[in-house]
Amino acid sequence: MAGTEEIQQPTSEIAFQSKFRWSDMIRVDGRINLRGCLLLVTGILMLVNLYMIFMVAPTDAVLGHVQRIFYFHVPLAIVSFVAFLAVFIASIAYVFRRETKWDNLAHASAEIGVVFITLALVTGMIWAKPVWNAWWLWTPRLTTTLILWLIYVAYLMIRSYAPSPSKAAIYGAAMGIIGFADVVVVYFSVQWWPGIHPTPVVGPLADTGSLDGTMRSVLLFSMLTFLALLTYLIMERMALQDTVDQLRGIRFSLRRAARQDAIPGD
Amino acid sequence: MNEFLRPIGVLLWKDILIELRSRDLVVSLLVFGLVVVVVFNFALNATPELVTEVTPGILWVAFAFAGVLAMNRAFVREKEEGGLDGLLLSPISRDSIFFGKAAASFIFMLLVEAVLLPIFAGLLNFSPASFTLILTIVLATLGFSVVGTLFSAISVQTRSREILLPVLFFPVILPVLVGAVESTKQALGGDTVVGLGHWLPLLGAFDALFLVICHWIFSIVVEE
Amino acid sequence: MVAPSSNLGASAPAPTSGEAIVVRGLEKSFGEWPVLWNLDLTVGWGELVALFGANGVGKTTLLRILSTQAKPDAGSIQVAGFGLSKNAQTIRRRVGVVAHQTFLYEDLSCRENLVHYGRLYGLEDPRNRAEEALLQLGLSNRADSRVRTLSNGMQKRLSIARAILHRPQILILDEPEAGLDRESIAVLRSLLEEWTDAGLSVIMTTHDLDLGLSWARRAAVLSGGRIRFPAADEYMDGAQVRELVASALEPSR
Repeated sequence: MAGTEEIQQPTSEIAFQSKFRWSDMIRVDGRINLRGCLLLVTGILMLVNLYMIFMVAPTDAVLGHVQRIFYFHVPLAIVSFVAFLAVFIASIAYVFRRETKWDNLAHASAEIGVVFITLALVTGMIWAKPVWNAWWLWTPRLTTTLILWLIYVAYLMIRSYAPSPSKAAIYGAAMGIIGFADVVVVYFSVQWWPGIHPTPVVGPLADTGSLDGTMRSVLLFSMLTFLALLTYLIMERMALQDTVDQLRGIRFSLRRAARQDAIPGD
Repeated sequence: MNEFLRPIGVLLWKDILIELRSRDLVVSLLVFGLVVVVVFNFALNATPELVTEVTPGILWVAFAFAGVLAMNRAFVREKEEGGLDGLLLSPISRDSIFFGKAAASFIFMLLVEAVLLPIFAGLLNFSPASFTLILTIVLATLGFSVVGTLFSAISVQTRSREILLPVLFFPVILPVLVGAVESTKQALGGDTVVGLGHWLPLLGAFDALFLVICHWIFSIVVEE
Repeated sequence: MVAPSSNLGASAPAPTSGEAIVVRGLEKSFGEWPVLWNLDLTVGWGELVALFGANGVGKTTLLRILSTQAKPDAGSIQVAGFGLSKNAQTIRRRVGVVAHQTFLYEDLSCRENLVHYGRLYGLEDPRNRAEEALLQLGLSNRADSRVRTLSNGMQKRLSIARAILHRPQILILDEPEAGLDRESIAVLRSLLEEWTDAGLSVIMTTHDLDLGLSWARRAAVLSGGRIRFPAADEYMDGAQVRELVASALEPSR
């Protein structure tokens, strides 16, 4: 069995860590653990953010406490847009470079982005019910967001239905590029769409003048927090993909060795 | 002849020839379009006033769904006996394949729409003789066929191809659909809100943008 | 059956130097499934190489890579003297492919199919060339029948006509004998003999050991991801080759 030696080697490289140590969050094997640090920072930010939203931000004069969901809803929506921008950029990079890391970044960003935008839609509906007395209105902004959601769900579907990983990557890249171009077109085209325009509170075309100073600070802090959360989750998802790829690599070499051994007279 | 245009013509002629022989696509799309209109009339229980309100919507839902069917058919037909492999094996540029297939879909859909439009006009009681309307139909159909050709080339390679194509196609095509509906409203003399004049240029801009992006991505996707 | 009129030699530019196919260190996998690796293969001009191998061993994948239909993961490949990665279009002009699928349009007639492909390849006179190819494969009397109405064997023959239409230098055939009757196989054999006599090359897969060994000037066995030629000597005696091929074809996991 010539293959045995080389098979065992990669297995031993993945050290199984039985004990969790807090110091591992900062440094592992003498190197800074970037992901761990970011997790710590994000965790602290989120706690502070909760305090800011519920204790610091003033209660809205008209809408009352329900308005506080705004500090989740708006950052989630904006940060998911950042995630889709990352999908777009990573997809272009993948098309030109054909390096797996770009595809992993695109895939991870799309997955997290879909989670975020789903939460943004849900929080939006929860907010809309008491304010507009309806879960949903077909306003341009909501419609745009729903289209965005559909496009990136389609992105995930196209990947999972593709016949091979390399095809999944390139189909995903295609959708990542077209989808984003489409979003830009949609964003501007809905500005001309006749219908109810709810006063845009944030976003590139927004008017933030109506916001109280403290409210705006809390909102900005919340955005920062969710941006950190997004970055952390994407890194974690990519690390997971790395592990999956390693595992695949091991299985790959095992299969290869098995088939090689089966040949007589080699 | 030009090395770029010649293969497009060859592909187009092949699709036309197949269609002349089988007649399955155009005829079934016509019937399908009529069915959509009838179903909508029942579903909306349309009164004459409502009909004028929803006519553009019905028109474009019928065209869009017929379009998806046409796109799907165009590539399934290629896939059946490996024609797509045959195409990819031939030494013509991938751009030519894209434009050849897109042109075929464009022409078939225009043909179907040209027949359906007077019928719809009669059923829904509007006048089809409007330059804006015809230009809208041409521009929107161009967008449909460009985006649809790319996505059917992708979806035909996957499992559950019939489901995947509309799932990919509709979200991306929505700006065209919105533009087409609004522009049609204007053409049929419905709303006269300021700013509706944007829609035709928007359709044109969309077509140009997606023509560039889709044909670039197509060559990458089919070479993989 | 009329012996096909010989017009191959005059057609293709007779390649003189180099090899028809040179593959070094080819690797291909589908996700985590390794298919081909460390694969070396050389096919000289005027050679017919028969490729044997168990099901799922990667024969079709190898042929798809050689015909530019699939991308290799690694390795250098030259077909007709051109590197695969840079000159796909040039190679496409020089190879003719018969695969499991016919690549034909069922609603078009035999002639229309061939004329269509002739135009795609930019042939000067696609109509004439189509007639020649139809004659060569004994399909002239069915030229105007729709492909849909043809039997499977006939469709396969038409598929062969399509593959040789543009006078390629290398034929890549994936189980060309499948579905053919004796007469058609005889036509195919004489066509391939003429082909190799003209200095052109053929690589084909087959499950028919006897047929493959009697047609081929060289046999190759694909297993464990790579080509295992019978020893170093190109021309082993029949019994040895047969034994080696048979042992490699045994089900192994």
